[in-house]
Amino acid sequence: MSSATNHTARREGFGSRNVFILSAIGSAVGLGNIWRFPYVAYEGGGGAFLIPYLCALLTAGIPLLFFDYAIGHRYRGSAPLAFRRMHRAAEPLGWWQVLICVVIAVYYAVIIAWSAMYTWFSAQLTWGKGNENDFFFGDFLQMGDVGADGVSTQFVPQVGIPLIAVWLIVIVIMCLGVQRGIGASNMVLMPLLTVMFVVLVVQSLFLPGAIDGLNAFFTPDWEALADPAVWAAAYGHIFFSLSVAFGIMVTYSSYLKRKTDLTGSGLVVAFANSSFEILAGIGVFAALGFMAAAQGSDVAGVATSGIGLAFIAFPTIVSNAAGGSIIGVLFFGALVFAGITSLISILEVIVAALQDKLGWSRIATTLVVSVPLTIISLALFSTTTALAVLDTADAFVNAFGIMAVAFVSVIVVSWVLHKLPALQEHLNRRSSFAVGTIWKLLVGVLSPIVLGYLLLSEILGKLNEPYGGYPDWFIAIFGWGMVIVLIAGGVVLSLLPWSKRSHAKDDPEYDAYLADEGYEPDVETGLQGVREEGASR
Amino acid sequence: MSTTAVIMMAISMLTVWGGLIAGIVNLARHPEEDGHEPAPPVEL
Repeated sequence: MSSATNHTARREGFGSRNVFILSAIGSAVGLGNIWRFPYVAYEGGGGAFLIPYLCALLTAGIPLLFFDYAIGHRYRGSAPLAFRRMHRAAEPLGWWQVLICVVIAVYYAVIIAWSAMYTWFSAQLTWGKGNENDFFFGDFLQMGDVGADGVSTQFVPQVGIPLIAVWLIVIVIMCLGVQRGIGASNMVLMPLLTVMFVVLVVQSLFLPGAIDGLNAFFTPDWEALADPAVWAAAYGHIFFSLSVAFGIMVTYSSYLKRKTDLTGSGLVVAFANSSFEILAGIGVFAALGFMAAAQGSDVAGVATSGIGLAFIAFPTIVSNAAGGSIIGVLFFGALVFAGITSLISILEVIVAALQDKLGWSRIATTLVVSVPLTIISLALFSTTTALAVLDTADAFVNAFGIMAVAFVSVIVVSWVLHKLPALQEHLNRRSSFAVGTIWKLLVGVLSPIVLGYLLLSEILGKLNEPYGGYPDWFIAIFGWGMVIVLIAGGVVLSLLPWSKRSHAKDDPEYDAYLADEGYEPDVETGLQGVREEGASR
Repeated sequence: MSTTAVIMMAISMLTVWGGLIAGIVNLARHPEEDGHEPAPPVEL
Protein backbone atom coordinates (compact mmCIF):
# COMPACT_ATOMS: atom_id res chain seq x y z
CA MET A 1 0.00 0.00 0.00
CA SER A 2 3.06 2.21 -0.13
CA SER A 3 1.74 3.71 -3.32
CA ALA A 4 -1.21 5.44 -1.62
CA THR A 5 0.65 8.69 -1.09
CA ASN A 6 2.51 8.49 -4.38
CA HIS A 7 -0.65 8.26 -6.40
CA THR A 8 -1.80 11.17 -8.45
CA ALA A 9 -4.43 13.29 -6.70
CA ARG A 10 -7.97 12.00 -7.17
CA ARG A 11 -10.01 13.78 -9.78
CA GLU A 12 -12.51 16.26 -8.48
CA GLY A 13 -16.20 16.05 -9.22
CA PHE A 14 -19.58 17.72 -8.91
CA GLY A 15 -21.25 17.15 -5.55
CA SER A 16 -24.58 16.22 -7.08
CA ARG A 17 -26.41 15.78 -10.33
CA ASN A 18 -28.20 19.09 -9.86
CA VAL A 19 -24.93 21.00 -9.59
CA PHE A 20 -23.81 19.36 -12.82
CA ILE A 21 -27.08 20.22 -14.56
CA LEU A 22 -26.96 23.87 -13.49
CA SER A 23 -23.30 24.11 -14.53
CA ALA A 24 -24.03 22.52 -17.90
CA ILE A 25 -26.92 24.96 -18.39
CA GLY A 26 -24.61 27.78 -17.31
CA SER A 27 -22.18 26.72 -19.99
CA ALA A 28 -24.79 26.32 -22.71
CA VAL A 29 -26.59 29.58 -21.92
CA GLY A 30 -24.15 32.20 -23.09
CA LEU A 31 -23.99 35.35 -25.13
CA GLY A 32 -25.31 33.51 -28.20
CA ASN A 33 -28.64 32.74 -26.55
CA ILE A 34 -29.20 36.40 -25.83
CA TRP A 35 -27.80 38.17 -28.85
CA ARG A 36 -27.72 35.56 -31.60
CA PHE A 37 -30.83 33.39 -31.37
CA PRO A 38 -33.45 36.18 -31.63
CA TYR A 39 -32.05 37.48 -34.91
CA VAL A 40 -31.38 34.01 -36.40
CA ALA A 41 -34.99 33.07 -35.67
CA TYR A 42 -36.34 36.35 -37.03
CA GLU A 43 -34.30 36.01 -40.25
CA GLY A 44 -35.19 32.34 -40.61
CA GLY A 45 -38.94 32.79 -40.96
CA GLY A 46 -40.00 34.14 -37.55
CA GLY A 47 -42.60 31.81 -36.05
CA ALA A 48 -42.00 29.28 -38.84
CA PHE A 49 -38.37 28.95 -37.68
CA LEU A 50 -39.66 26.93 -34.75
CA ILE A 51 -39.97 23.91 -37.07
CA PRO A 52 -36.36 23.72 -38.30
CA TYR A 53 -35.22 24.79 -34.83
CA LEU A 54 -37.02 21.95 -33.03
CA CYS A 55 -35.91 19.51 -35.74
CA ALA A 56 -32.31 20.57 -35.26
CA LEU A 57 -32.62 20.36 -31.48
CA LEU A 58 -34.12 16.87 -31.52
CA THR A 59 -32.13 15.35 -34.38
CA ALA A 60 -28.69 16.91 -33.86
CA GLY A 61 -28.39 19.01 -30.69
CA ILE A 62 -29.64 16.48 -28.15
CA PRO A 63 -28.04 13.42 -29.85
CA LEU A 64 -24.65 15.17 -29.94
CA LEU A 65 -25.07 16.28 -26.33
CA PHE A 66 -25.63 12.62 -25.36
CA PHE A 67 -22.59 11.70 -27.47
CA ASP A 68 -20.38 14.13 -25.50
CA TYR A 69 -21.82 13.01 -22.15
CA ALA A 70 -21.23 9.37 -23.04
CA ILE A 71 -17.58 9.98 -23.95
CA GLY A 72 -16.80 12.06 -20.85
CA HIS A 73 -18.67 9.80 -18.46
CA ARG A 74 -17.54 6.46 -19.91
CA TYR A 75 -13.86 7.39 -20.12
CA ARG A 76 -13.87 9.72 -17.10
CA GLY A 77 -11.35 12.24 -18.30
CA SER A 78 -10.76 15.67 -19.80
CA ALA A 79 -11.17 15.77 -23.58
CA PRO A 80 -7.61 14.57 -24.47
CA LEU A 81 -7.61 11.85 -21.82
CA ALA A 82 -11.12 10.66 -22.68
CA PHE A 83 -10.26 10.38 -26.38
CA ARG A 84 -6.91 8.74 -25.53
CA ARG A 85 -8.66 6.13 -23.41
CA MET A 86 -11.12 5.51 -26.23
CA HIS A 87 -8.21 4.95 -28.62
CA ARG A 88 -4.60 6.09 -28.43
CA ALA A 89 -4.81 7.58 -31.93
CA ALA A 90 -7.90 9.69 -31.10
CA GLU A 91 -6.04 11.85 -28.56
CA PRO A 92 -5.31 14.73 -31.02
CA LEU A 93 -9.09 15.35 -31.23
CA GLY A 94 -9.08 16.16 -27.53
CA TRP A 95 -6.13 18.56 -27.77
CA TRP A 96 -7.66 20.21 -30.82
CA GLN A 97 -10.74 20.91 -28.69
CA VAL A 98 -8.54 22.24 -25.87
CA LEU A 99 -6.80 24.67 -28.22
CA ILE A 100 -10.15 25.82 -29.61
CA CYS A 101 -11.11 26.65 -26.04
CA VAL A 102 -7.87 28.62 -25.63
CA VAL A 103 -8.81 30.86 -28.56
CA ILE A 104 -12.41 31.30 -27.45
CA ALA A 105 -11.43 32.06 -23.85
CA VAL A 106 -9.11 34.94 -24.77
CA TYR A 107 -11.75 36.82 -26.74
CA TYR A 108 -14.84 35.76 -24.77
CA ALA A 109 -13.43 37.48 -21.69
CA VAL A 110 -13.28 40.86 -23.39
CA ILE A 111 -16.98 40.79 -24.32
CA ILE A 112 -17.73 40.20 -20.66
CA ALA A 113 -15.51 43.17 -19.82
CA TRP A 114 -17.38 45.39 -22.30
CA SER A 115 -20.70 44.23 -20.89
CA ALA A 116 -19.56 44.97 -17.36
CA MET A 117 -18.62 48.52 -18.38
CA TYR A 118 -21.94 48.93 -20.17
CA THR A 119 -23.79 47.80 -17.05
CA TRP A 120 -22.19 50.77 -15.34
CA PHE A 121 -22.71 53.11 -18.32
CA SER A 122 -26.41 52.15 -18.45
CA ALA A 123 -26.96 53.34 -14.93
CA GLN A 124 -25.76 56.83 -15.91
CA LEU A 125 -26.47 56.89 -19.67
CA THR A 126 -22.80 57.74 -20.14
CA TRP A 127 -22.98 57.50 -23.94
CA GLY A 128 -25.37 60.44 -24.31
CA LYS A 129 -28.68 60.08 -26.11
CA GLY A 130 -28.27 59.81 -29.89
CA ASN A 131 -24.53 59.16 -29.63
CA GLU A 132 -24.64 55.39 -29.00
CA ASN A 133 -22.81 54.32 -32.16
CA ASP A 134 -19.98 56.85 -31.98
CA PHE A 135 -19.59 56.29 -28.27
CA PHE A 136 -19.04 52.54 -28.70
CA PHE A 137 -16.59 52.61 -31.59
CA GLY A 138 -14.94 55.94 -30.84
CA ASP A 139 -15.01 56.90 -27.18
CA PHE A 140 -15.13 53.41 -25.70
CA LEU A 141 -13.18 51.09 -28.03
CA GLN A 142 -11.10 53.90 -29.63
CA MET A 143 -11.22 51.68 -32.66
CA GLY A 144 -8.26 51.80 -35.02
CA ASP A 145 -7.92 50.55 -38.57
CA VAL A 146 -5.99 47.29 -39.00
CA GLY A 147 -5.79 47.91 -42.74
CA ALA A 148 -3.93 51.18 -42.26
CA ASP A 149 -1.97 50.70 -39.05
CA GLY A 150 -1.68 46.92 -38.46
CA VAL A 151 -2.37 45.27 -35.12
CA SER A 152 -2.14 47.98 -32.48
CA THR A 153 -0.41 47.83 -29.11
CA GLN A 154 -2.05 50.99 -27.83
CA PHE A 155 -3.69 50.18 -24.48
CA VAL A 156 -7.29 51.30 -24.00
CA PRO A 157 -7.69 51.56 -20.21
CA GLN A 158 -11.50 51.53 -20.06
CA VAL A 159 -11.39 48.11 -21.73
CA GLY A 160 -8.12 46.77 -20.30
CA ILE A 161 -8.86 47.43 -16.63
CA PRO A 162 -12.26 45.66 -16.56
CA LEU A 163 -10.68 42.88 -18.63
CA ILE A 164 -8.09 42.35 -15.87
CA ALA A 165 -10.93 42.31 -13.34
CA VAL A 166 -12.85 39.67 -15.33
CA TRP A 167 -9.76 37.46 -15.48
CA LEU A 168 -9.12 37.87 -11.74
CA ILE A 169 -12.69 36.82 -10.95
CA VAL A 170 -12.62 33.74 -13.18
CA ILE A 171 -9.14 32.77 -11.93
CA VAL A 172 -10.44 32.79 -8.35
CA ILE A 173 -13.46 30.66 -9.40
CA MET A 174 -11.22 28.21 -11.25
CA CYS A 175 -8.77 27.97 -8.31
CA LEU A 176 -11.63 27.07 -5.98
CA GLY A 177 -12.18 23.90 -7.99
CA VAL A 178 -14.99 21.99 -9.67
CA GLN A 179 -17.48 21.88 -6.82
CA ARG A 180 -16.61 24.94 -4.75
CA GLY A 181 -15.70 27.16 -7.69
CA ILE A 182 -17.54 26.16 -10.85
CA GLY A 183 -20.46 24.39 -9.16
CA ALA A 184 -21.00 27.02 -6.48
CA SER A 185 -20.81 29.99 -8.87
CA ASN A 186 -23.36 28.35 -11.18
CA MET A 187 -25.64 27.60 -8.22
CA VAL A 188 -25.67 31.35 -7.49
CA LEU A 189 -25.39 32.93 -10.93
CA MET A 190 -27.88 30.79 -12.87
CA PRO A 191 -30.92 31.46 -10.64
CA LEU A 192 -29.88 35.12 -10.49
CA LEU A 193 -29.55 35.29 -14.28
CA THR A 194 -33.00 33.73 -14.72
CA VAL A 195 -34.66 36.17 -12.32
CA MET A 196 -32.92 39.15 -13.92
CA PHE A 197 -33.92 38.06 -17.39
CA VAL A 198 -37.55 37.44 -16.45
CA VAL A 199 -37.75 40.94 -14.93
CA LEU A 200 -36.10 42.36 -18.06
CA VAL A 201 -38.59 40.59 -20.35
CA VAL A 202 -41.59 41.71 -18.29
CA GLN A 203 -40.36 45.28 -18.30
CA SER A 204 -39.70 45.19 -22.06
CA LEU A 205 -43.22 43.90 -22.68
CA PHE A 206 -44.67 47.05 -21.15
CA LEU A 207 -42.75 49.37 -23.49
CA PRO A 208 -44.81 51.06 -26.21
CA GLY A 209 -44.37 49.17 -29.50
CA ALA A 210 -43.36 45.93 -27.74
CA ILE A 211 -46.29 44.06 -29.25
CA ASP A 212 -45.19 45.04 -32.77
CA GLY A 213 -41.79 43.59 -32.00
CA LEU A 214 -43.33 40.30 -30.88
CA ASN A 215 -45.55 40.32 -33.94
CA ALA A 216 -42.50 40.62 -36.18
CA PHE A 217 -40.69 37.90 -34.22
CA PHE A 218 -43.49 35.33 -34.23
CA THR A 219 -45.28 35.96 -37.55
CA PRO A 220 -44.45 32.87 -39.59
CA ASP A 221 -42.99 33.12 -43.05
CA TRP A 222 -43.72 29.59 -44.26
CA GLU A 223 -41.83 30.07 -47.49
CA ALA A 224 -38.59 30.28 -45.49
CA LEU A 225 -38.96 26.57 -44.77
CA ALA A 226 -38.28 25.80 -48.43
CA ASP A 227 -34.88 27.53 -48.18
CA PRO A 228 -32.03 25.13 -47.29
CA ALA A 229 -30.07 28.06 -45.84
CA VAL A 230 -32.73 28.45 -43.13
CA TRP A 231 -32.39 24.79 -42.14
CA ALA A 232 -28.62 25.15 -42.16
CA ALA A 233 -28.94 28.21 -39.94
CA ALA A 234 -31.11 26.25 -37.49
CA TYR A 235 -28.63 23.36 -37.27
CA GLY A 236 -25.69 25.74 -37.05
CA HIS A 237 -27.33 27.72 -34.29
CA ILE A 238 -28.38 24.69 -32.20
CA PHE A 239 -24.93 23.30 -32.58
CA PHE A 240 -23.18 26.41 -31.20
CA SER A 241 -25.84 27.11 -28.65
CA LEU A 242 -25.58 23.78 -26.83
CA SER A 243 -21.75 23.96 -26.45
CA VAL A 244 -21.35 20.50 -27.96
CA ALA A 245 -18.22 19.03 -29.51
CA PHE A 246 -15.53 21.26 -28.15
CA GLY A 247 -14.70 19.48 -24.97
CA ILE A 248 -16.91 21.28 -22.44
CA MET A 249 -19.59 18.64 -22.07
CA VAL A 250 -17.00 15.83 -22.16
CA THR A 251 -15.11 17.53 -19.31
CA TYR A 252 -18.19 18.35 -17.21
CA SER A 253 -19.69 14.87 -17.57
CA SER A 254 -16.40 13.31 -16.45
CA TYR A 255 -17.05 15.00 -13.10
CA LEU A 256 -20.39 13.24 -12.66
CA LYS A 257 -20.77 10.36 -10.27
CA ARG A 258 -20.55 6.91 -11.78
CA LYS A 259 -24.22 6.10 -11.41
CA THR A 260 -25.92 9.00 -13.09
CA ASP A 261 -28.92 9.37 -15.36
CA LEU A 262 -27.06 10.88 -18.31
CA THR A 263 -29.83 11.22 -20.87
CA GLY A 264 -32.42 12.47 -18.37
CA SER A 265 -29.96 15.19 -17.30
CA GLY A 266 -29.13 15.99 -20.92
CA LEU A 267 -32.77 16.54 -21.83
CA VAL A 268 -33.15 19.06 -19.00
CA VAL A 269 -29.99 20.90 -20.08
CA ALA A 270 -31.03 21.02 -23.74
CA PHE A 271 -34.58 22.21 -23.09
CA ALA A 272 -33.44 24.71 -20.45
CA ASN A 273 -31.04 26.20 -23.00
CA SER A 274 -33.81 26.49 -25.58
CA SER A 275 -36.25 27.84 -23.00
CA PHE A 276 -33.80 30.62 -22.26
CA GLU A 277 -33.49 31.37 -25.96
CA ILE A 278 -37.22 31.72 -26.43
CA LEU A 279 -37.30 34.04 -23.41
CA ALA A 280 -34.43 36.07 -24.88
CA GLY A 281 -36.23 36.26 -28.23
CA ILE A 282 -39.32 37.69 -26.54
CA GLY A 283 -37.30 40.19 -24.50
CA VAL A 284 -35.08 41.34 -27.35
CA PHE A 285 -37.88 41.73 -29.90
CA ALA A 286 -40.16 43.50 -27.45
CA ALA A 287 -37.33 45.99 -26.92
CA LEU A 288 -36.64 46.24 -30.67
CA GLY A 289 -40.36 46.88 -31.24
CA PHE A 290 -40.08 49.82 -28.87
CA MET A 291 -36.94 51.07 -30.64
CA ALA A 292 -38.68 50.91 -34.03
CA ALA A 293 -41.68 52.81 -32.65
CA ALA A 294 -39.42 55.45 -31.07
CA GLN A 295 -37.52 55.96 -34.34
CA GLY A 296 -40.66 55.85 -36.48
CA SER A 297 -39.32 52.91 -38.51
CA ASP A 298 -40.41 49.26 -38.67
CA VAL A 299 -38.93 46.34 -36.76
CA ALA A 300 -37.15 45.06 -39.89
CA GLY A 301 -35.18 48.31 -39.95
CA VAL A 302 -33.80 47.95 -36.41
CA ALA A 303 -33.45 44.15 -36.10
CA THR A 304 -29.83 43.11 -35.66
CA SER A 305 -27.67 40.68 -33.71
CA GLY A 306 -24.36 40.30 -31.95
CA ILE A 307 -22.25 43.27 -30.99
CA GLY A 308 -24.49 45.67 -32.93
CA LEU A 309 -27.55 44.52 -30.98
CA ALA A 310 -25.87 44.59 -27.58
CA PHE A 311 -23.69 47.67 -27.76
CA ILE A 312 -25.56 49.95 -30.16
CA ALA A 313 -29.24 48.95 -30.35
CA PHE A 314 -29.65 48.23 -26.64
CA PRO A 315 -27.97 51.48 -25.50
CA THR A 316 -30.36 53.30 -27.87
CA ILE A 317 -33.30 51.54 -26.24
CA VAL A 318 -31.93 52.36 -22.79
CA SER A 319 -31.62 56.05 -23.75
CA ASN A 320 -35.18 56.28 -24.99
CA ALA A 321 -37.24 54.05 -22.70
CA ALA A 322 -38.86 55.14 -19.47
CA GLY A 323 -36.86 53.29 -16.81
CA GLY A 324 -34.23 52.59 -19.47
CA SER A 325 -31.38 52.43 -16.98
CA ILE A 326 -33.01 49.48 -15.25
CA ILE A 327 -33.40 47.70 -18.60
CA GLY A 328 -29.75 48.42 -19.40
CA VAL A 329 -28.42 47.22 -16.05
CA LEU A 330 -30.49 44.02 -16.28
CA PHE A 331 -29.52 43.35 -19.91
CA PHE A 332 -25.79 43.97 -19.56
CA GLY A 333 -25.72 42.34 -16.13
CA ALA A 334 -27.32 39.26 -17.74
CA LEU A 335 -24.64 39.28 -20.44
CA VAL A 336 -21.95 39.41 -17.74
CA PHE A 337 -23.40 36.51 -15.75
CA ALA A 338 -24.21 34.39 -18.81
CA GLY A 339 -20.71 35.11 -20.10
CA ILE A 340 -18.90 34.23 -16.87
CA THR A 341 -20.67 30.88 -16.46
CA SER A 342 -19.73 30.03 -20.05
CA LEU A 343 -16.14 31.31 -19.77
CA ILE A 344 -15.41 29.14 -16.73
CA SER A 345 -16.65 26.07 -18.62
CA ILE A 346 -14.34 26.93 -21.52
CA LEU A 347 -11.39 27.39 -19.14
CA GLU A 348 -12.18 24.15 -17.36
CA VAL A 349 -11.58 22.24 -20.61
CA ILE A 350 -8.01 23.57 -20.62
CA VAL A 351 -7.35 23.28 -16.88
CA ALA A 352 -8.75 19.72 -16.71
CA ALA A 353 -6.67 18.62 -19.70
CA LEU A 354 -3.43 19.91 -18.18
CA GLN A 355 -4.32 18.57 -14.75
CA ASP A 356 -4.84 15.12 -16.24
CA LYS A 357 -1.69 15.35 -18.32
CA LEU A 358 0.66 16.71 -15.67
CA GLY A 359 -0.91 15.38 -12.50
CA TRP A 360 -0.50 18.82 -10.89
CA SER A 361 -2.68 20.38 -8.21
CA ARG A 362 -5.71 22.46 -9.05
CA ILE A 363 -4.25 25.84 -8.14
CA ALA A 364 -0.90 25.31 -9.83
CA THR A 365 -2.57 24.15 -13.05
CA THR A 366 -5.12 26.97 -13.00
CA LEU A 367 -2.40 29.59 -12.65
CA VAL A 368 -0.22 28.02 -15.33
CA VAL A 369 -3.20 28.12 -17.70
CA SER A 370 -4.84 31.40 -16.84
CA VAL A 371 -1.93 33.78 -16.33
CA PRO A 372 -0.65 33.34 -19.91
CA LEU A 373 -4.23 33.49 -21.22
CA THR A 374 -4.78 36.75 -19.33
CA ILE A 375 -1.63 38.22 -20.88
CA ILE A 376 -2.61 37.15 -24.42
CA SER A 377 -6.15 38.38 -23.86
CA LEU A 378 -4.85 41.77 -22.69
CA ALA A 379 -2.30 42.02 -25.49
CA LEU A 380 -4.84 41.40 -28.25
CA PHE A 381 -8.09 42.74 -26.86
CA SER A 382 -7.34 45.75 -24.69
CA THR A 383 -6.01 47.67 -27.69
CA THR A 384 -7.58 49.76 -30.41
CA THR A 385 -7.75 46.86 -32.91
CA ALA A 386 -9.52 44.48 -30.53
CA LEU A 387 -12.78 44.37 -32.48
CA ALA A 388 -11.17 43.31 -35.77
CA VAL A 389 -9.16 40.52 -34.13
CA LEU A 390 -12.18 39.37 -32.13
CA ASP A 391 -14.50 39.38 -35.12
CA THR A 392 -12.07 37.38 -37.29
CA ALA A 393 -10.98 34.90 -34.62
CA ASP A 394 -14.61 34.29 -33.64
CA ALA A 395 -15.79 33.66 -37.20
CA PHE A 396 -12.91 31.32 -38.04
CA VAL A 397 -12.76 29.38 -34.79
CA ASN A 398 -16.51 28.74 -34.94
CA ALA A 399 -16.50 27.54 -38.54
CA PHE A 400 -13.15 25.80 -38.87
CA GLY A 401 -12.52 25.01 -35.24
CA ILE A 402 -15.71 23.89 -33.53
CA MET A 403 -17.57 22.79 -36.61
CA ALA A 404 -14.55 21.01 -38.10
CA VAL A 405 -13.61 19.18 -34.91
CA ALA A 406 -17.23 18.10 -34.47
CA PHE A 407 -17.34 16.78 -38.02
CA VAL A 408 -14.06 14.88 -37.61
CA SER A 409 -14.97 13.55 -34.14
CA VAL A 410 -18.33 12.08 -35.12
CA ILE A 411 -16.78 10.42 -38.17
CA VAL A 412 -13.78 9.05 -36.27
CA VAL A 413 -15.83 7.77 -33.34
CA SER A 414 -18.65 6.37 -35.49
CA TRP A 415 -16.93 5.05 -38.58
CA VAL A 416 -13.26 4.54 -37.75
CA LEU A 417 -13.35 3.40 -34.13
CA HIS A 418 -16.93 2.00 -34.26
CA LYS A 419 -17.59 3.15 -30.70
CA LEU A 420 -21.25 4.17 -31.02
CA PRO A 421 -22.64 0.80 -29.85
CA ALA A 422 -20.39 0.93 -26.76
CA LEU A 423 -21.39 4.54 -26.03
CA GLN A 424 -25.06 3.64 -26.52
CA GLU A 425 -24.71 0.78 -24.07
CA HIS A 426 -23.05 3.10 -21.55
CA LEU A 427 -25.80 5.72 -21.88
CA ASN A 428 -28.48 3.08 -21.38
CA ARG A 429 -26.96 1.56 -18.25
CA ARG A 430 -28.60 4.00 -15.87
CA SER A 431 -30.47 6.48 -17.96
CA SER A 432 -34.18 7.14 -17.78
CA PHE A 433 -34.39 7.89 -21.51
CA ALA A 434 -33.06 4.95 -23.51
CA VAL A 435 -31.31 5.60 -26.81
CA GLY A 436 -31.33 3.13 -29.66
CA THR A 437 -30.59 2.71 -33.33
CA ILE A 438 -32.15 6.08 -34.12
CA TRP A 439 -29.59 7.80 -31.90
CA LYS A 440 -26.74 5.99 -33.65
CA LEU A 441 -28.12 7.01 -37.04
CA LEU A 442 -28.53 10.63 -35.98
CA VAL A 443 -24.98 10.86 -34.61
CA GLY A 444 -23.27 8.65 -37.17
CA VAL A 445 -25.12 9.61 -40.34
CA LEU A 446 -27.23 12.77 -40.06
CA SER A 447 -24.74 14.82 -38.00
CA PRO A 448 -21.76 14.30 -40.32
CA ILE A 449 -23.94 15.12 -43.33
CA VAL A 450 -25.25 18.33 -41.79
CA LEU A 451 -21.87 19.33 -40.35
CA GLY A 452 -20.13 18.52 -43.62
CA TYR A 453 -22.60 20.69 -45.53
CA LEU A 454 -22.19 23.59 -43.09
CA LEU A 455 -18.41 23.26 -43.13
CA LEU A 456 -18.23 23.18 -46.91
CA SER A 457 -20.46 26.21 -47.30
CA GLU A 458 -18.32 28.08 -44.74
CA ILE A 459 -15.11 27.20 -46.58
CA LEU A 460 -16.56 28.33 -49.92
CA GLY A 461 -17.97 31.50 -48.39
CA LYS A 462 -14.72 32.52 -46.71
CA LEU A 463 -12.58 31.64 -49.74
CA ASN A 464 -14.76 33.62 -52.11
CA GLU A 465 -14.36 36.95 -50.41
CA PRO A 466 -12.02 38.11 -47.65
CA TYR A 467 -13.91 37.94 -44.38
CA GLY A 468 -15.20 41.29 -43.14
CA GLY A 469 -13.15 43.19 -45.72
CA TYR A 470 -9.99 42.87 -43.61
CA PRO A 471 -6.56 42.83 -45.32
CA ASP A 472 -5.28 39.49 -46.62
CA TRP A 473 -2.31 39.24 -44.24
CA PHE A 474 -4.66 39.83 -41.33
CA ILE A 475 -7.07 37.04 -42.38
CA ALA A 476 -4.09 34.79 -43.09
CA ILE A 477 -2.79 35.18 -39.52
CA PHE A 478 -5.88 35.51 -37.33
CA GLY A 479 -8.18 33.44 -39.57
CA TRP A 480 -6.69 30.60 -41.60
CA GLY A 481 -3.32 30.56 -39.82
CA MET A 482 -4.96 30.35 -36.42
CA VAL A 483 -7.23 27.42 -37.33
CA ILE A 484 -4.34 25.50 -38.90
CA VAL A 485 -2.19 26.06 -35.81
CA LEU A 486 -5.01 24.60 -33.70
CA ILE A 487 -4.91 21.34 -35.66
CA ALA A 488 -1.10 21.14 -35.82
CA GLY A 489 -0.90 22.03 -32.13
CA GLY A 490 -3.37 19.26 -31.31
CA VAL A 491 -1.14 16.71 -33.00
CA VAL A 492 2.05 18.04 -31.36
CA LEU A 493 0.49 18.02 -27.89
CA SER A 494 -0.57 14.39 -28.37
CA LEU A 495 3.00 13.44 -29.19
CA LEU A 496 4.31 14.80 -25.88
CA PRO A 497 4.58 11.94 -23.40
CA TRP A 498 2.23 11.74 -20.41
CA SER A 499 4.07 11.81 -17.10
CA LYS A 500 3.93 8.78 -14.80
CA ARG A 501 1.97 10.91 -12.35
CA SER A 502 -0.67 11.73 -14.95
CA HIS A 503 -4.14 10.23 -14.88
CA ALA A 504 -3.44 8.47 -18.17
CA LYS A 505 -0.83 6.30 -16.45
CA ASP A 506 -2.01 6.18 -12.88
CA ASP A 507 -5.68 6.32 -11.94
CA PRO A 508 -6.75 3.76 -9.36
CA GLU A 509 -10.21 5.26 -9.27
CA TYR A 510 -10.65 4.67 -12.98
CA ASP A 511 -9.42 1.10 -12.58
CA ALA A 512 -11.91 0.50 -9.78
CA TYR A 513 -14.70 2.03 -11.84
CA LEU A 514 -13.89 -0.18 -14.83
CA ALA A 515 -13.87 -3.24 -12.60
CA ASP A 516 -17.17 -2.30 -10.92
CA GLU A 517 -18.88 -1.66 -14.21
CA GLY A 518 -17.53 -4.83 -15.80
CA TYR A 519 -15.54 -2.96 -18.46
CA GLU A 520 -12.18 -4.17 -19.78
CA PRO A 521 -9.21 -2.84 -17.75
CA ASP A 522 -7.50 0.21 -19.26
CA VAL A 523 -4.33 -0.66 -21.17
CA GLU A 524 -2.29 2.04 -19.42
CA THR A 525 -3.67 2.53 -15.90
CA GLY A 526 -4.55 -1.15 -15.64
CA LEU A 527 -0.98 -2.25 -16.35
CA GLN A 528 0.35 0.22 -13.82
CA GLY A 529 -1.94 -1.26 -11.17
CA VAL A 530 -0.80 -4.80 -11.96
CA ARG A 531 2.84 -3.73 -11.89
CA GLU A 532 2.49 -2.10 -8.49
CA GLU A 533 0.67 -5.04 -7.06
CA GLY A 534 3.49 -7.27 -8.26
CA ALA A 535 6.11 -4.97 -6.74
CA SER A 536 4.46 -4.79 -3.33
CA ARG A 537 4.21 -8.57 -3.10
CA MET B 1 -50.40 40.96 -32.90
CA SER B 2 -51.83 38.88 -35.70
CA THR B 3 -53.63 35.65 -34.87
CA THR B 4 -51.00 33.47 -36.54
CA ALA B 5 -48.24 35.24 -34.58
CA VAL B 6 -50.11 34.62 -31.32
CA ILE B 7 -50.61 30.96 -32.23
CA MET B 8 -46.94 30.50 -33.14
CA MET B 9 -45.91 32.22 -29.90
CA ALA B 10 -48.14 29.88 -27.90
CA ILE B 11 -46.84 26.80 -29.71
CA SER B 12 -43.21 27.86 -29.23
CA MET B 13 -43.69 28.42 -25.52
CA LEU B 14 -45.65 25.20 -25.05
CA THR B 15 -43.18 22.96 -26.89
CA VAL B 16 -39.95 24.37 -25.50
CA TRP B 17 -41.03 25.26 -21.97
CA GLY B 18 -43.24 22.16 -21.89
CA GLY B 19 -40.21 20.10 -22.90
CA LEU B 20 -38.25 21.61 -20.01
CA ILE B 21 -41.00 20.84 -17.51
CA ALA B 22 -41.36 17.28 -18.85
CA GLY B 23 -37.57 16.85 -18.56
CA ILE B 24 -37.55 18.07 -14.96
CA VAL B 25 -40.50 15.83 -14.03
CA ASN B 26 -38.77 12.83 -15.64
CA LEU B 27 -35.57 13.54 -13.73
CA ALA B 28 -37.41 14.03 -10.43
CA ARG B 29 -38.96 10.59 -10.90
CA HIS B 30 -35.49 9.09 -11.21
CA PRO B 31 -33.62 10.40 -8.19
CA GLU B 32 -29.87 10.07 -8.01
CA GLU B 33 -28.69 6.78 -6.48
CA ASP B 34 -25.42 7.80 -4.87
CA GLY B 35 -25.75 5.80 -1.67
CA HIS B 36 -22.33 4.22 -1.43
CA GLU B 37 -20.33 6.33 -3.80
CA PRO B 38 -17.66 8.36 -1.98
CA ALA B 39 -17.93 12.12 -2.27
CA PRO B 40 -15.41 13.56 -4.73
CA PRO B 41 -12.43 15.30 -3.15
CA VAL B 42 -12.51 19.05 -2.74
CA GLU B 43 -9.16 20.70 -3.18
CA LEU B 44 -7.67 23.84 -1.63
